[in-house]
Amino acid sequence: MARRDAIARRIAARSCLFVFLAAPVFSQESHIGNLAGEVGRGKKLYQRFCIGCHGEQGDGRGENAVYVDPRPRDFTTGTFKCRSTPSGAIPLDADLFNTIGRGLYSTAMPPWLPLTRQQRADLVAYVKSFSPRFRQEKAESPLEVPPETPASEDSIDRGRELYQTTIKCALCHGKEGRGDGPSASTLTDSKGMPIQPYDFTAATRFKCGQSDEDLYRVLMTGLDGSPMASFSNSLKPEQAWDLIHYVRTLQPNFHSRERNAKSNQLAKTTVKDRSPSEAKEGTK
Amino acid sequence: MNFRALWIGKRSIFGLGAAAVFLVLAYLAFVAAKPAYAIPAFARKYNLPCSACHEAWPKLNNFGQVFRDNGYQLDNGKDSPIWQSPTYWPVTFRITPQWHRNSSSHQKVDSIPGDATSPPLEKTITSHGFDLSGVDIWTAGTLYKNISFSVLPSSDSSGSFHFENAWVRFDNLLGSRWANLKFGKFELDNMISEKRFLFLSANGGVYQLYHFLPVREAAFVSSGVNALNPGFGLGDNQLGVELAGHSPNSYTRYSLALLSSNDGNVSVPNSSYDGFASVSRAFEVNGLGLQRVGAYAYFGQRPTNFNTAGGTPITGAGSNNKSFYRAGLNSVLYAGPLDFSLLFLHGWDNAFLGTGTPGNALLPAGAHAPTWNGGFVETHYTYNPKLIFVQRNEFIRMSRQALASDPSDLGNLDAYSFGARWYPIMFSRAGLAWHSEYAIVKSARTSQVTGRDVWSSSVLFGLDFAF
Repeated sequence: MARRDAIARRIAARSCLFVFLAAPVFSQESHIGNLAGEVGRGKKLYQRFCIGCHGEQGDGRGENAVYVDPRPRDFTTGTFKCRSTPSGAIPLDADLFNTIGRGLYSTAMPPWLPLTRQQRADLVAYVKSFSPRFRQEKAESPLEVPPETPASEDSIDRGRELYQTTIKCALCHGKEGRGDGPSASTLTDSKGMPIQPYDFTAATRFKCGQSDEDLYRVLMTGLDGSPMASFSNSLKPEQAWDLIHYVRTLQPNFHSRERNAKSNQLAKTTVKDRSPSEAKEGTK
Repeated sequence: MNFRALWIGKRSIFGLGAAAVFLVLAYLAFVAAKPAYAIPAFARKYNLPCSACHEAWPKLNNFGQVFRDNGYQLDNGKDSPIWQSPTYWPVTFRITPQWHRNSSSHQKVDSIPGDATSPPLEKTITSHGFDLSGVDIWTAGTLYKNISFSVLPSSDSSGSFHFENAWVRFDNLLGSRWANLKFGKFELDNMISEKRFLFLSANGGVYQLYHFLPVREAAFVSSGVNALNPGFGLGDNQLGVELAGHSPNSYTRYSLALLSSNDGNVSVPNSSYDGFASVSRAFEVNGLGLQRVGAYAYFGQRPTNFNTAGGTPITGAGSNNKSFYRAGLNSVLYAGPLDFSLLFLHGWDNAFLGTGTPGNALLPAGAHAPTWNGGFVETHYTYNPKLIFVQRNEFIRMSRQALASDPSDLGNLDAYSFGARWYPIMFSRAGLAWHSEYAIVKSARTSQVTGRDVWSSSVLFGLDFAF
């Protein structure tokens, strides 16, 4: 009887030990929709695709890191730019999944869309395993994006006011959105590396997506690890949309409702400012 | 002195030494085989590990395929040459110092060496020794956003150069991935690329199916009678123009090409044209990976006569073109670390080509258009990006001979290849692979004197490096 008890105790102890040891492994899985990513498979993929920049330890110190600007992400901190969760929170698995597929435009991180969905899910699981935060913290609810307000001329005007004066985006991003504001040269990321504000005039794509919704998310959740803060406490949703409508007009290659609205506005202003005869000539 | 004890001692020491060497090699191969980092030209540009684009270089994975399809652009906003350091030169060198042993049975030799009039005999010819491969000096990249290029001067082992490829491609025409126009000399859009496979030996280093010609036609092409007819090889780079397109992740791809009827040989215009088409579709299977299936067809023609001057064929003055085609299905299937490349091909050549008859002559009695079917299964086991095992079984069966009097299995071919590539170093600026391979080919009834089966085999060990 005593022997049986001893065996039972041993089995119970070993089971506890197994659960204790296995828990972190299970918690490092990823779940994106009906996909479940696995750390083991993710590790192999990471070694094939990511290790050159992000390093064997996931600390952003891969052999090519010194040649890359901006520097590769340090996964050990659990800090990520592109998130749908509030500033300071760990990202959702889907956020990491989308970042891998989309890439980070204007950085060395290419779109990894050619990898299968399963492969990307596996990579998410492995990337999470570098930071204890994913085991210790619970993912917060994602930001809800309210319906976009109309991109009217008034909205653009209000957005301009926010950009240039109220929130002072121009301090970093520059008056014309060229990323050359007076503070631009002083900015550093959370690792102390110099970082440039985004130049809205250079391209049509942003790091964390192309849609207005993506921009809204960036405004309200910030880009953690960079000087771009979250404005969720200082901007109402409709103000955020106004700002986005204005920012869109700074993109020369972006053909949007906002740009058309701005063009109309400029055309009207121009005609209004000219004498009737000049305006008539202009219509010839 | 106790010689027996000494011998046993020596044997023990030898045994221990051998075991130690084995263990070190095993350790290096299986334990110390850390992930690959290699970068020749493109990887240098993008700071990506070579294993990002290559299953094992030079074999592409889907990420590499997308990069290639997209005109050597990653689409991360840093593709244009203006992003590169002025000192960056997109060039890669590749060469393989090697030791090889080649052997062919039933080779025709003079019974008295040096006496061409002596009765011929058949003999197995074997040669081995240290050697060099040719060298590839490959430069490729983007001239501008959405304009890519490639130039590949390649030499044979004696240093005689030719242009293996040279092309310019206008990518994403009208902003669409479905419209890309390539102009120059380029590889056909073969899903299973002979240019990027992992075999190097004399017998294993070609897909037999990509170059197969019926026996009589092959003899005619190589005889010099029709010196300006270069034959045809699906694996040969061709001269022409290609319209190709792909979905964002290259799961769906197509290619249409208009090509000169000269098998990619420069200065042999032949004034006629061939056509090639291929299409493929990939899909994911949970737990297995990406699976790709496709189809291809090549329709061509070759001259059977040439105008001559003083008995010498005039370049480009071919006439009496006769047609041929190759068509088939191919697929690349993944099952975790294993992947299988499968190909089926059906070939048809006009009777004039098949019998090697000039178009202005009468066909021999009983002449037919020869047809054949063939296929191969090539298996790769990727232990990790630095160690890969490869194997291939290839079969070709004549379904109709050019002459009814020929044995039905004349020219049938069986080929088997086995190999392994180990990449002991793959740093960010260069890659080195230890390549070992054995290949054997049986060609039915093709010995020239007795008409017996010819067996050819190759063993190759080499250091394949690129930087």
